[in-house]
Amino acid sequence: MANLFKIAIRNLARYRRRTILTSSLIAIGVIFVLLFVGVSGSFKNMMIGQMTDSMLGHIQVHRKGYMASIDNLPLTMNMKPQAVKKLEKVFQDIPDVESYSPRIKFGGMLSTFTETTNIRLNGVYPEKEMKTLPLLASRISNGGKEIRKGEIIIPELLSRGMKINVGDIVVVIATNKDGSVNGKQLKVSGIIESVTGPGGRDGYVHIEDAMEILRMEEMEISEIAVRLRDFGKLHSVYNTLNTLLSGELNKQGKPAFEVHTWESLSPFYNIARSIDFMTIFIKAMLTAIVLISVMNVMIMAVYERIREIGTIAAIGTMPGKILSMFVTEGVLLGIIGAIAGNIIGTGLVYLLKVVKITFNFGRQSGLVLSPYVTLYDIVMISLIVTIVAVIGSLQPAFKASRMEPIKALRHV
Amino acid sequence: MALVKAEKIVKVYKIGEVLINSINGVSFEIEEASFVSFVGPSGSGKTTLLNLIGCLDSPTEGNLFVAGEDVNELDRRQRALFRGKNIGFIFQDFNLIPVLTVYENVEYPLIMVKNVSTKEREERTMKLLDAVGMLEQKDKYPDQISGGQKQRVAVARALVTNPKLVLADEPTANLDHKTAYTVIELMKRMKAEFNTTFIFSTHDPKIVEAAEVIYTLEDGEIVDRHVKGVNSNGKSL
Ligand SMILES: Nc1ncnc2c1ncn2[C@@H]1O[C@H](COP(=O)(O)OP(=O)(O)OP(=O)(O)O)[C@@H](O)[C@H]1O
Ligand SMILES: [Mg+2]
Repeated sequence: MANLFKIAIRNLARYRRRTILTSSLIAIGVIFVLLFVGVSGSFKNMMIGQMTDSMLGHIQVHRKGYMASIDNLPLTMNMKPQAVKKLEKVFQDIPDVESYSPRIKFGGMLSTFTETTNIRLNGVYPEKEMKTLPLLASRISNGGKEIRKGEIIIPELLSRGMKINVGDIVVVIATNKDGSVNGKQLKVSGIIESVTGPGGRDGYVHIEDAMEILRMEEMEISEIAVRLRDFGKLHSVYNTLNTLLSGELNKQGKPAFEVHTWESLSPFYNIARSIDFMTIFIKAMLTAIVLISVMNVMIMAVYERIREIGTIAAIGTMPGKILSMFVTEGVLLGIIGAIAGNIIGTGLVYLLKVVKITFNFGRQSGLVLSPYVTLYDIVMISLIVTIVAVIGSLQPAFKASRMEPIKALRHV
Repeated sequence: MALVKAEKIVKVYKIGEVLINSINGVSFEIEEASFVSFVGPSGSGKTTLLNLIGCLDSPTEGNLFVAGEDVNELDRRQRALFRGKNIGFIFQDFNLIPVLTVYENVEYPLIMVKNVSTKEREERTMKLLDAVGMLEQKDKYPDQISGGQKQRVAVARALVTNPKLVLADEPTANLDHKTAYTVIELMKRMKAEFNTTFIFSTHDPKIVEAAEVIYTLEDGEIVDRHVKGVNSNGKSL
């Protein structure tokens, strides 16, 4: 084995320029993949982070059927206190759940005494909501970042359109689920930046104010947003929740709740998916580069060394040994490229991180891109290169191993 | 039993529709530890015959036994194994592996063909390098030594596995006369030292003189068998 490596390395050194060119090509491929994976991964994570941490939470639970008519924010589809209790018990029993925040979502009118417009509001427990959405506070600009009773946080678009400023008094009027109308005066304590997606243009009030406006006798919750300790466990927690809640049936014997991850709540999931798809695509490009360049070099190597192959075959080297000699050479070529590419690529990604590239996403500006390369990426890419290099050298190596020694020896 | 026994072997090459009879039914026997030469004009079939004896090719007709083995019975793999075990090769163009040093070239068959322990490998390699007088050049690469030196290394490589038979197709064709003679002398000395049978081909009449048994080939047939010290067509040694 050591001798196969020795011979392979010396042969690679014999055609030094070609070896350098080919492994550089492979290295460049690896660098591109690392840069793409690093940058797109960080962009994706930031995007998902913005979605989940400032608006959606990781998972949401509703009464079965709520999502189908979420556009109307139907108060009749809210969850009764017993149902909410059950859910809270379930959340508390799952250690991966970091926090959760019950919300009363409703639509109403916002009046400044001179002008009136539609508004969608979330009634929340401020601490729970802030804990579940750690980035929410950063969206609430030029205002007190809290949501106190008697106060309202209104969406930026309304604030601009109706020239409402922090400190102004407004009236919120809403129809409750029985059809009667009620209103309440609230003080504007903050303006909230919009984000794209459902709920991205909603205002906030304290949950008790929401109850009062809606004349609820008992608290009826529209949705509960859940935050996990480890975002990586999204699907496992989702599955656990689904199993635990599947036993909860409504009067019709159907499941009482529906559970959604952020993926089915935000249109940005498709963008995240297409980033993943592009990553696959760019890895396929790397595969093609490695395959073609290794194969090309090994075909040449076999052709140049026909007489050598004839010699070693004549003196009794078994076909399998000849095959492994050439495969070893091809794989080494790939490995050299992969090592160089991984080192340079990781360095470049680190450099991008150090120079702090900023970009804007939605209404968020000045987000700092923090690209990163994981060990997993490096291992995966190295594995791809190695395996593809084996495949690329197999055909020429096989051809070499099948050569008839006399024909090969006569070759000029 | 003779080391090599050929019975009416025929080798026909087919190029398109044309059949070429390279070997036309030759029979001969070669004893162990002999020093045999095939001579004859170009195209007479020397290379073809050596390839047959060396199990690199198989006869179209006839029986051929090498080291007691009916080589017609062997498949591709078995022939490779057989060659590795029983036959050493010396080539006209030396055919050393350019990326390996002199030492590594001689060592090569012990690693890649046979599986010999490190210690024994080193001993055998050094012994052979010493025997062919290339010990001092052992760390040089083939392109750093002369043609005659290359062929010495090739002789060492052919002998390192202790084969019963060494085949050399025109081993001196690419060497000047003086060097050619020393290489043949070396082979002869090796034959005596290791009791190995050497079969070589040449069309150089002066080199032929060194052989003990000389077969003359013409148009694929043996036209003369000359044994040193015995008259032409002599029956016994
Ligand atoms: N692979 C082959 N295909 C077709 N014909 C061949 C092949 N090998 C040899 N021959 C023919 O067989 C005959 C004998 O060739 P061979 O090479 O054995 O002669 P030789 O005595 O070694 O000649 P030289 O002294 O030139 O090396 C020649 O006519 C040659 O053209
Ligand atoms: Mg010839």
